[in-house]
Amino acid sequence: MYSRIITRKWLTLAIAALFVTAVVLAGCGATPNGNGNGDTLSFSITGSNTVQPLSVVWAEAFMNQRPEVSIAVSGPGSGVGIAALIDGTTGIAQSSRLIRQSEIDQAQANGINPYQITVAQDALAVVVHPSNPVTELTIAQLSAIYSGQITNWQELGGEDLPIVVLSRDTNSGTHVFFKETIVQMRGLPTEDKSLEYGPNVLFLPSTSAGINETAGNPRAIFYPGLAYVTADVQALAIKRTADGPDVLPSVETAKDGTYPVVRPLLYYTNGAPTGVIKDFIDYCLSPAGQAKVLEVGYVPVQ
Amino acid sequence: MGERIIEGGIFLASLLAIVVLLGIVALLLRQGLPIFSYAPPWAFLFGTRWYPVSEPPTFGIAPFFVATLWVTAVATAVAVPVGVGCAAYLSEVARPAIRETVKPIIELLAGLPSVVMGFIGLLILSPLIQSMFNLNTGLSGLSAGIMLSLMSLPVIVTVSEDAMRAIPDDFRQAAYALGATKWEVVRYVAIPAALSGIAAAIMLGIGRAIGETMTVLMIAGGALAVPVTPTVPMMPMTAAIASGIGNAVRGGLQYQALFAIGLLLFLMTLAVNLVADTVLERQKRKFQR
Repeated sequence: MYSRIITRKWLTLAIAALFVTAVVLAGCGATPNGNGNGDTLSFSITGSNTVQPLSVVWAEAFMNQRPEVSIAVSGPGSGVGIAALIDGTTGIAQSSRLIRQSEIDQAQANGINPYQITVAQDALAVVVHPSNPVTELTIAQLSAIYSGQITNWQELGGEDLPIVVLSRDTNSGTHVFFKETIVQMRGLPTEDKSLEYGPNVLFLPSTSAGINETAGNPRAIFYPGLAYVTADVQALAIKRTADGPDVLPSVETAKDGTYPVVRPLLYYTNGAPTGVIKDFIDYCLSPAGQAKVLEVGYVPVQ
Repeated sequence: MGERIIEGGIFLASLLAIVVLLGIVALLLRQGLPIFSYAPPWAFLFGTRWYPVSEPPTFGIAPFFVATLWVTAVATAVAVPVGVGCAAYLSEVARPAIRETVKPIIELLAGLPSVVMGFIGLLILSPLIQSMFNLNTGLSGLSAGIMLSLMSLPVIVTVSEDAMRAIPDDFRQAAYALGATKWEVVRYVAIPAALSGIAAAIMLGIGRAIGETMTVLMIAGGALAVPVTPTVPMMPMTAAIASGIGNAVRGGLQYQALFAIGLLLFLMTLAVNLVADTVLERQKRKFQR
């Protein structure tokens, strides 16, 4: 009995020692990280869940060329990335939506000067279950679905089933972009800035959760980035107006501008990038970097 | 001398816990209360429209509040009969060998990370619920509540079992001497005598269900309408905070509103835990000799 207590004591001590070592090591690793003003050789990229896979590929390739550089990439959502840039805790904020005026004001109050670079483009696909007979929709129909005016697939030429409308949550740049471009029909004669997501819309914490639900539910509709579209779901052709051409999402149709739901993928830095961050962004925009964009499933910038 | 150092250390440790708690309350009040100058308390509590990133933003948390009530109600309705039944079996019926094996296994359930429960709910339970009840989607308050019931089961079983075992054996022996069956002992002796302990167990289970975040974020569905039945998608208060806080500009209106939800959540769990504590204290005193 006594010996068991002794062993436990040593075990506790050992765990405590391990813990302290881990904390100290983590602390050491974090010190040179800084906020990445360009003089350090390590910086972080955080923000959009959509840009995340692209940034990871670029960061890996760049670190292979420049082994002394270390880049940490994370993708909790565009808003989080921009908030981190405002707080000065990240070198690059990746975003799938434009920065808001209120965010620019906040940043400037903190002495941060957001600088915008378009690094790639993304087409948003609208997907349904493969068994759904609906194959094309207009932007006005999509707007009616997402604002809660159309609630049954029958109204769109499908079966008599209620529509389960899936969306990303407010952390996501995709949420904001889709609301402005589709729900409020930006740039169309029917544009209406008072339209909002309807109360029937399900807000999901990740794109893969939406794909997962759409793949298993014949009533669902969702809007993932082109790179997330799998064989388990069916992408719809989108018409800008009722008499316009119906266009399926692809790299080609996004590049030539015929597919209507294309958005820029952005990097934001504090002021024009300098030092290693400039080198990294130069690499991203180089032909080699833009070739990676195609590999990931996004659309290169012209 | 050494004794006094240890005493001082322990005192400081307990002081730290209190200081941290007060600090958290102060932070919640400081960050959360300013929202009421933009949205009056009644509009905030009873408003049914939540559009934090629109111009102008509206903050009404009734959908979240009702969703939390639904999810907690489902969790309680499932966990209480199962949990109390299990506790009665372990305390009154099971042989000691079985009890000593089963109890740790149930307690192990409490150690499962909530994100794992969310995954199980997403991949297994939610499609099952959808086909069973013929719903539009399995992502609903019902699925979330059932997963939560599994998470509050361990505390309900453990605390009610302890309460039943604390009943003096004289009670049971007297009942058996009068010719009572096992079921009658459970029904008319064990459960009534341990009732305050069981009530406390239920309260603790409810407190666990109200505060759980990851599981409900993953499978409750996240719709903004005020849910009228538990079978529709909904967004409980914890999920609303988790899915909005990353995007909220620090000190902005949405940030304040989310902290105010946190404050309300804190008050709710505090009330539930206080009731549980009082009831449990009463149970303890009942059999003190």
